[in-house]
Amino acid sequence: MNLKALQHDFRAWLVDGGEDDAARFDRRARPGLLVYQNNYRSQLVACLSEAFERLHAWLGDEAFLAAAIAHIDAETPTHWTLDAYPSAFPTTMARLYPDDPEVAELAWMDWALARAFTAADAAPLTSAAIAQVDWDRAGIVFTPSLVMAEIATNAAAIWSALAADEMPPPVRQLPETASLLIWRDGFTPRFRTIDPVERGAVERMLAGGSFTDLCAALVEDMGETGGVAQAGALLGQWVGDGLIVGTGAPDMGTFDNVWSTDARP
Amino acid sequence: MPFAAAPPSEPTFSGYGLGLRKEHYRDFLETQVPVDFVEVISENFMVDGGRPRDTLRRIRERHPVALHGVSMSIGSADGLDRAYLARLRQLVDEIEPLFVSDHLSWSRFQGFNSHDLLPLPYTEEALDVVCANVTMAQDVLQRAMLIENPSSYVAFDGSGMTEWEFIEALCRRTGCHLLLDVNNIYVSASNHGFDALDYLTGIPADRVRQVHLAGHSQGTDMLIDTHDRPVPASVWTLYEHAMARLGPVATMIERDDAIPPLGELLDELAVARTIGRNADRKAA
Repeated sequence: MNLKALQHDFRAWLVDGGEDDAARFDRRARPGLLVYQNNYRSQLVACLSEAFERLHAWLGDEAFLAAAIAHIDAETPTHWTLDAYPSAFPTTMARLYPDDPEVAELAWMDWALARAFTAADAAPLTSAAIAQVDWDRAGIVFTPSLVMAEIATNAAAIWSALAADEMPPPVRQLPETASLLIWRDGFTPRFRTIDPVERGAVERMLAGGSFTDLCAALVEDMGETGGVAQAGALLGQWVGDGLIVGTGAPDMGTFDNVWSTDARP
Repeated sequence: MPFAAAPPSEPTFSGYGLGLRKEHYRDFLETQVPVDFVEVISENFMVDGGRPRDTLRRIRERHPVALHGVSMSIGSADGLDRAYLARLRQLVDEIEPLFVSDHLSWSRFQGFNSHDLLPLPYTEEALDVVCANVTMAQDVLQRAMLIENPSSYVAFDGSGMTEWEFIEALCRRTGCHLLLDVNNIYVSASNHGFDALDYLTGIPADRVRQVHLAGHSQGTDMLIDTHDRPVPASVWTLYEHAMARLGPVATMIERDDAIPPLGELLDELAVARTIGRNADRKAA
């Protein structure tokens, strides 16, 4: 057996674990093959459990393990870093729990917060620097750690309670769909629930719009006084959160800022 | 630019170190831990930014750092992952590590990554593949790598050479160095029925730059390389033999699970220092 054939067959054994796969190797190799297969699967379970700590606490051991096994059976790791393996788990959870949207939302929160933890460094602009900006032409560059997703439930409150080791509140649907903004402030990942107006503003900035365009859109929706006040409030909030790291043309395409809700059933 | 492999030379002894684990970050950042170097898992720091990179920079200000990888997959029949190598090169340039190492194993094949250190057959064909991959890695990194002998649970029919013969040829053909894991020798010798002392005799002693010491556990049918307990007496004995053959070599305790208080690992490291110094005295 040449090396390519051996590695092809070994992969089949790890992923599928069938008798046919084991039979391609010498019978004496069977105990060792079992060790490798156990290592492969147990490492992926441990990876998911570590990455989705709050989701694990919400579901309990038995349900989480079942979900992890379903994911491992459906998704083989492809990236050089094991840190990339959890990225598709929120989508798996949406598929496994179509009637419990808080499950996929909790999964997304766990994943997005972990991702923010190691996102690229970028120093936030200070209020003094912001005051010098010529807003007629400037766009806003958000921290590369920023991600955003729509949420339909109180998953954020559930996540916070689980993180504090407190009794989580019962699931409830939000009166209207909101969004969750996740980013890293210094070395600490943070999140905040935002309304549709702020979400639209963030998306406009991520798409490369200028702050002047944003002001104009808000004035059109809210009138002169309300629109200008809203734009100022958003800018103040973003500066205070440490979200703004530049005011040139946004750096597009380096990562997906918005979790696709299309992944949900 | 091809990396020019240096001829065999006297090892540059770098003392006694520990594998740095997050449970001990605070100790290393806030106190003067008596180690000569620390070793980190490269991939844990091949991230874009955030606290991990900052922690490593601050540790590096206090201690020499060895980068120990688990994902290069130098045994992959379809070659190395260039994106991985580029990331590693970036980290190497920033950290200026004492050593850069990875394992004699494979984990990736045709888009699949097992994230485990899978065994190789010790054939001429596999040797050609591993040599080509190590040469490429050394060209990208512009330095000699240390390749670690694995612990393994499967040996393949058709292997035409022993593991130590394979390693000797690899070092000779690529100019790479050797990270000798004494526990892995013990585990593989037990699992595959060879004599660990034959292994020590067969490896190219002048290529060994670093030694790992760790613990293992008894599985159902074989020994498992778990790194979750102290170095056992059997591995200390083999380390004594290794030191008698190798002379002074940078040595560290590698604990990856059931991480104890730092003091316990320093106590184990003191045992390694004593064995190393005794070997030096006998050699003198």
